[in-house]
Amino acid sequence: MTAQSTNRDSTTRRSFLGKLWLWLGGLAILEGVWIATAILRPRKQVTTGDHDAIVVAGPVERFEAGSVTAFPNGKFYLTRIEDGGFLALSRRCTHLGCTVPWVSEEGRFVCPCHASSFDIRGEVLSPPAPRALDLHPVRIENGVVKIDTGTTLARNGFEPSQVTRP
Amino acid sequence: MGGPKISGGAVAEKDQRQRDDGFLRRVWRSVFRRPIVPSTDRERRWVVFNTLLLHFRPTQLPEKTLRFTHTFGLGGMSLVLILLLFATGILMMFVYEPSPDAAYDSITSLQNDVLFGRLVRNIHHWSANLLVGIVLLHLLRVFLTGGYHGPRQFNWVVGLSLMLFVLVANFTGYLLPWDQLSYWAITISTAMLAYVPWIGEWLQELARGGTEITSTTLIGFYTIHTTVVPAALIVFMALHFWRVRKAKGVVIPRRSGEVVEDKPATVLFLPHLLMREVAVACVLIATIMVVSVFFNAPLGAEANPGMSPNPAKAPWYFLGFQELLLHFHPVIAVVLIPLAAALFFALLPYFRYRDIEGVWMMSAVGRKSGMAAVVFGLVVTPILIVADKLRSASADLSSGLSGILPLAVVAALFAAFVFVLHRWLAAPRDEIVQALVILLLVALAVLTITGVWFRGEGMALMFPWEIGG
Repeated sequence: MTAQSTNRDSTTRRSFLGKLWLWLGGLAILEGVWIATAILRPRKQVTTGDHDAIVVAGPVERFEAGSVTAFPNGKFYLTRIEDGGFLALSRRCTHLGCTVPWVSEEGRFVCPCHASSFDIRGEVLSPPAPRALDLHPVRIENGVVKIDTGTTLARNGFEPSQVTRP
Repeated sequence: MGGPKISGGAVAEKDQRQRDDGFLRRVWRSVFRRPIVPSTDRERRWVVFNTLLLHFRPTQLPEKTLRFTHTFGLGGMSLVLILLLFATGILMMFVYEPSPDAAYDSITSLQNDVLFGRLVRNIHHWSANLLVGIVLLHLLRVFLTGGYHGPRQFNWVVGLSLMLFVLVANFTGYLLPWDQLSYWAITISTAMLAYVPWIGEWLQELARGGTEITSTTLIGFYTIHTTVVPAALIVFMALHFWRVRKAKGVVIPRRSGEVVEDKPATVLFLPHLLMREVAVACVLIATIMVVSVFFNAPLGAEANPGMSPNPAKAPWYFLGFQELLLHFHPVIAVVLIPLAAALFFALLPYFRYRDIEGVWMMSAVGRKSGMAAVVFGLVVTPILIVADKLRSASADLSSGLSGILPLAVVAALFAAFVFVLHRWLAAPRDEIVQALVILLLVALAVLTITGVWFRGEGMALMFPWEIGG
């Protein structure tokens, strides 16, 4: 009993130190990984002030019902659907991220990369796009349309609650 | 170590002689301690053994492995191409500026203002693209001669890692010119990452250094391309060559049925193998030079995030996967199929086989089943691609039956193929695995060719002569 316990004690002390080195080595590797990920992690891009992210589109009357207006700087389209409501659609295709142009003759967005198409509300008309175009929140203040491009809302399909009406 | 023993008197005599030598001669001797052109076999062994670079190679090797049609010099060609890439890459780093504002201009200035600048870029471009093909052929050669058994098991995995690094190098290099081709190819390829379940968004942000392709992406790709990948390549190539040496050279060719020789006749590495390798290297470099003089590396218009070109395609070596995306549910195309294929290849050496190393195509049945795989892949893959077009154009790939159906069809065809081999050709497991590998590679080749030459505007299926009209 005694012999056994001393035996175990001595091996434990030695193996404890050995294990300690292993743990320390593992810790050092973890620290290295931490440093690397900290450097590789995407840094937040200008969203702080929110002032850059808000795009003032203009007065409500400027946009006819059924019209689509491109805002290249904000990377979105402001569409006014038939009933007069506004939607701000991200121009990025939900399939693989290509920029989707509005084809006015066909009255729909057609992605040049894989031929996905979307209607004026951003709903998928033909795949491979898996879901409707992303939205930016639209506000109407004193008859002026403002779009918050700092926020992007992913959605599966169109719902009437997504529309902002004057 | 291999040097001859010298008696005490001879040492004194030698020291005296060296003291009498002139300064330059003594410096030369300090660098090259033996004649650099060895004249006896003993000196040749000594040179191989005591030169840093040559000592990665065996001092002697089985005579039968020298035959060109046994290896086609593909491994050596890969090394030559990588060295060409290092040399031209370093030269271009003196001119290239990794920032979205300056990158494109620095490339045009390299091509137009720098003497031989365009040639250097062409050599880099063609070497990089050829390397992908040569590395794949090398993999196929090693596989078909059974060079992944016994002591070479792990070197197969090392080789696969090297292939991965080559792909990463090609992919990260693709973005650097910052033209429309590169910008949208990288947009599409990194967007594929978002389809990985749970961690997709995170992966994509990590790859891009943010939600979009910006200067952060460019710096990241540039650093990986110019430091991380070359360093990894050097370390893993050293390991790869060293393990070839430890396995006593490449696998020894034989006919099926012939026994493995215990003590095969050997020849010296220097000059027999080295001179052959130098000859292959010279032909390859000459070919690359000629191609680079007559064919320019493509450069599109400067990147414009507001306008996707039509069609927008990934780099050609990923077009097989982009083609899969047109037919399968994204998770199946981007995650399931590539991961399953990668796992299958990595585990290839560890299945249980009869010992059949050194035999091209294993046996008559192996040749027959391999041929069957080629024919099956060449016939069935295009049929599937065209048949899929007939599926309702509005089929939603991301949900329900139409997401699963293509996978079920492909899996059924695979099973049927294996069944036929097993039943009619009575192929043993080794040969079935071999036929499956060939089938996978043929299918990948067909998918890639379809993506490169048969996909036009809107990625619609059309003939090459209809595209770009």
